[in-house]
Amino acid sequence: MREFKPDVLVVGGGPAGLSAAAEAAGAGADVLIAEGDLHLGGQLVKQSHKFFGSKDEFAGTRGFEIARILREEIAQYGDRVSTMLNTTVSGYYPDEKLVTAMIGEEEYVHISPQRIVLASGAQERLIPFPNNDLPGVYGAGAVQTLMNVYGVVPGKRVLMVGAGNIGLIVSYQLLQAGVEVAAILEAMPRIGGYWVHAAKVRRLGVPILLRHSIVRALGDSVVTGAMICELDEKFSPTGEAWKVDCDTICLAVGLTPSNELLWQAGCKMKYVPFLCGHVPFRDKNMRTSNADIWMAGDVCGIEEASAAMIEGRIAGMSAAASLGFKVSSDNFEQYQTRLGNLRAGEVGEKIRLGVSDVMVDGWEASA
Amino acid sequence: MNAPRSFESGVLTDERPGAVKPPEDLWKKHKGGLVIVECPQRIPCNPCNTSCPSGSIVPFSDINDVPQVDYAKCTGCALCVAKCPGLACFVADLTFGDRTALMKLPYEMLPVPAKGDQVACLGRTGETVCEGSVENVTEPLRDRTRVIHVSVPADKVNDIRAIRVV
Repeated sequence: MREFKPDVLVVGGGPAGLSAAAEAAGAGADVLIAEGDLHLGGQLVKQSHKFFGSKDEFAGTRGFEIARILREEIAQYGDRVSTMLNTTVSGYYPDEKLVTAMIGEEEYVHISPQRIVLASGAQERLIPFPNNDLPGVYGAGAVQTLMNVYGVVPGKRVLMVGAGNIGLIVSYQLLQAGVEVAAILEAMPRIGGYWVHAAKVRRLGVPILLRHSIVRALGDSVVTGAMICELDEKFSPTGEAWKVDCDTICLAVGLTPSNELLWQAGCKMKYVPFLCGHVPFRDKNMRTSNADIWMAGDVCGIEEASAAMIEGRIAGMSAAASLGFKVSSDNFEQYQTRLGNLRAGEVGEKIRLGVSDVMVDGWEASA
Repeated sequence: MNAPRSFESGVLTDERPGAVKPPEDLWKKHKGGLVIVECPQRIPCNPCNTSCPSGSIVPFSDINDVPQVDYAKCTGCALCVAKCPGLACFVADLTFGDRTALMKLPYEMLPVPAKGDQVACLGRTGETVCEGSVENVTEPLRDRTRVIHVSVPADKVNDIRAIRVV
């Protein structure tokens, strides 16, 4: 059995993980990135839209281009960053500080890192409704992967459930791929995503039905339609349900942190609705209550990739600093400022409230 | 399917901070046109400002500010049209013809129209407002976001926000 002993193990090669790896390697640490997919970049590789934010977060640049830029950045550190693709980190044993992983389906390995940055991202939520196991019911992530990674359209006419940024952006990408979007349903009385994303799809003729949800999928062997209905103030169906013709139902009803390793590591956790699930307590360095484990990105609360990249920088830098590598305190302050700026607006309010719920001034003794 | 034209669902229903029309007097006589920004929500984003070569999009004191325009400086160059990740910048040149205006609209769909094509001009909910004639197609940033220059009836510039190839 192969064993690996990197200074820093980064779990997840998405925007947060790649940023953490770049920062830790830049400080001089030997970094190992374990990534479940066949390529680095995480969700960025399917993001064909241009990002928001400032120049520092690559605003105006398409997501997949940002993935390329980050890969180029870590490539400049040569052997100091090694990458394990198609790898599932399956366990963490706190007593031995041992990480177990499977490379592909055959090889089981042990990793004994000095420090860990967990950037394992998030998983999609799904909502229950009759027939939601019919072929043609997808999570938005799967639709994006099919279209933007493999060049396959999921169907001809899609009903989108959820008007957060993912539902709005994937609807736009479906239109770009020549797929019709029958409607976007949103249970809340207003869109959850950026208003400009909604305006983009509305002016291309896509209806957004607020206070609406799906009742059931229709079809015997595949989706042939959906029954939808209006919701009242208590989110209960009201009035008569009606039929929408579609061959695809795409669920974009939110994400929840992929926090299993944090639980295994015994990190102090809390359920924070504004961060969309159980998330670890953290200090401003993005360290968890476990002195060897840092975190960044959606695993510590669902937010935009722009914020994930800055959190990754902070976590990678701080993990390297804890091993005695020299880091710039100016950069650290700059990252904190940028993160604060990104969260300063009305859409950042929930994040600010959520983060304040799990932020600690510092960790006792072990810090 | 009829979806209400509500602001909460992504349709601009009236002017508000971040989504105001250029001043009428200047707009009518300004060759090259002026930018129309429709970005009424405070979100962390500023590429309109950083891409503007003339300083017309006023620098943000907070990255969450909605854009403010110094129309006297705008040249109608449409770089912001190509750069804005929200496709929320448009240019309208009211001096283009007698009763015709030239609009510069962002476009990321296929097929890409060619100069001389007649296209459908769409309103804020995708309704066809009128026909327009494509005068030019540019790709200022070489990133596949095209800027379609389309001539339209001048009295429709406040309604047209997209095109569809027909």
